[in-house]
Amino acid sequence: MLETKNIDFYYGGFHALKNIGMKMEDHTVTAFIGPSGCGKSTFLRLFNRMNDLIPDTRLTGECLIDGEDIYHKSVDVTSLRKRVGMVFQKPNPFPKSLFENVAYGLRVAGTTDSRFIAQRVEESLKGAALWDEVKDKLKKSAFELSGGQQQRLCIARALAIAPSVILMDEPASALDPISTSKIEDLIHILKKDYTIVIVTHNMQQAARVSDKTGFFMLGELIEYNDTKKIFMSPEKEETQNYITGRFG
Amino acid sequence: MKRIFEKFIESLLTLSGATTGIIILLIVIFLFREGAGFFRHSEIESGYVLCVNEENPVYRLTPKQIKEIFDYEIDNWSLVGGNDEEITPFRISDISDYYSDEELGENNEFLPEKLGEIIAATPGMVAFIPEQYAADTNERVRQLITEKLNPADFFGGDTWMPTATPAPQFGLLPLLLGTLWVGLCAILIALPLGLGVAIYLGELADEKIRNLLKPTIELLAGIPSVVYGFFGLVVVVPFIQKTFDLPVGETAFAGSLILAIMALPTIITVAEDAIRNTPQAMREASLGLGANHWQTIYRVVVPYSISGISAAVVLGIGRAVGETMAVLMVTGNAAVIPHSLFEPVRTIPATVAAELGEAPHGGAHYGALFVLGCILFLITVVISVTAEVISKKQPQA
Ligand SMILES: Nc1ncnc2c1ncn2[C@@H]1O[C@H](COP(=O)(O)OP(=O)(O)OP(=O)(O)O)[C@@H](O)[C@H]1O
Ligand SMILES: [Mg+2]
Repeated sequence: MLETKNIDFYYGGFHALKNIGMKMEDHTVTAFIGPSGCGKSTFLRLFNRMNDLIPDTRLTGECLIDGEDIYHKSVDVTSLRKRVGMVFQKPNPFPKSLFENVAYGLRVAGTTDSRFIAQRVEESLKGAALWDEVKDKLKKSAFELSGGQQQRLCIARALAIAPSVILMDEPASALDPISTSKIEDLIHILKKDYTIVIVTHNMQQAARVSDKTGFFMLGELIEYNDTKKIFMSPEKEETQNYITGRFG
Repeated sequence: MKRIFEKFIESLLTLSGATTGIIILLIVIFLFREGAGFFRHSEIESGYVLCVNEENPVYRLTPKQIKEIFDYEIDNWSLVGGNDEEITPFRISDISDYYSDEELGENNEFLPEKLGEIIAATPGMVAFIPEQYAADTNERVRQLITEKLNPADFFGGDTWMPTATPAPQFGLLPLLLGTLWVGLCAILIALPLGLGVAIYLGELADEKIRNLLKPTIELLAGIPSVVYGFFGLVVVVPFIQKTFDLPVGETAFAGSLILAIMALPTIITVAEDAIRNTPQAMREASLGLGANHWQTIYRVVVPYSISGISAAVVLGIGRAVGETMAVLMVTGNAAVIPHSLFEPVRTIPATVAAELGEAPHGGAHYGALFVLGCILFLITVVISVTAEVISKKQPQA
């Protein structure tokens, strides 16, 4: 379970997230929607501490995974990131072979058993619905794949380290409709085993894939509820305006 | 009006581009034309001939054999395909051992005749005498065949003695090997150091240190090479001599060390740019999979920027191979094929710089230096093309 309490986040002097508290249950898909620049990515990246890489930022409040404060001093960031996988907006495979891309997380974790690695790579590629398309060219460079395939490779790469949470920041925004629907189908399947948080600008996508939806605006969480509720009968006027396209 | 002005500027720019191109082309043509002239020269000094006794079965000696004969290293004709007979090398100045000035006449008018007599009387003699005298000797004197300098001797020759008489030695190997040797060692020193600094600057140093260090390093690239040479001569050479207990400190190693220092700024700057150009997305992908900073650097950043890093290396080599002044000052300039790092060597650019001033214009030596120039030019062309090709191979995400 992911939970935040009174999160405030600053880029230098800029107050990017304002007092955000929310809970995300295991094995659910939560969608974040909201106008550009409202802080969706910033909030998402809190959960694998990706924001730590940006100099001159500040965080207050609590960010918990299964009850554990992931910003506590005793937490090892690399092992946290093994539990919380991330898929980025733009497919970002490594300049390596397909196989090595998927095996990467295992290799950096120190796994050397090549049978185990090969098995995990296969499982992960199957999990990302990519296996049948690439099983004969695992030695090929990842750059030879199409954009949609690259994104699924990135998902496979995240699955290989067996995380419990997967963060997706607009995973389909750079893809064509067919690749997009493949990714959406995949999210449905992955939900059984993972807790998924997805940022999207596509209302239909949020409605299709998510169980719960959070609507952000100007660094605030305006409304957070079951997806059906948000799209059928939102409580706040801003939400209503946004999803009907009158704003943003 | 504005259109005309734009047209004017446009043609001006085109013109300056064309001029630059033509000038460069002319320089290259000049270089190669002068270089080609070298192979039209004769193997021995022009205006002179080598004469032997008519009974001698040897008709031709190679430049190397000639040199060794006159250095008394070859002392028997059987070693060069003749009879078992001692070789007596003879230079025109040796005439005073045989005849007094009076006997030669006031204006040396009897000199050719006397030369003929000496050669006729000494079956094992090979005489290096002016062409004009050789004609007036006698029928018992025969001139050896001399040929034009040939490329095989030049490219395969292991001796560089351009001012040796009677036969100057133009063997490329010691210079080429000296150049490659010094350049290679320089790269072996500069590479790990440069990459280390580049990785430190690109990945580890905080912004403040980087903003201070990077311009400083770039500044180093602008220091004139004599200054490096001076530093090498005063600091590095004595240091090497003492540390390794050598007879002289001016060695290949000193040259490599100075070159390494000189190549560092190039390597660091180019490699650091490549490292910095690694997309943040790559780093985030790696860190997001639980890799730590070091794993990210050597598993993702370095492989991703490998083409830029290789370009840095090649450019560094280019600098090292073409560098003249500093190397000239610290390597001792002995044109011998290097066997270790701790011997004096001589590089191609240093040779050209040191000898061009004293080589008579239009002579064989002069031409040989131009051939060296051509070779250096070709080496640097190969290097820059390699750098170009490698840096184009940037992976695209
Ligand atoms: N590295 C940064 N340094 C400073 N400000 C930043 C940085 N990253 C984001 N911001 C600011 O924080 C705010 C939230 O950014 P964020 O990327 O989280 O928005 P977003 O909701 O994901 O937008 P989008 O839908 O366009 O991706 C924006 O106003 C942005 O300008
Ligand atoms: Mg975003």
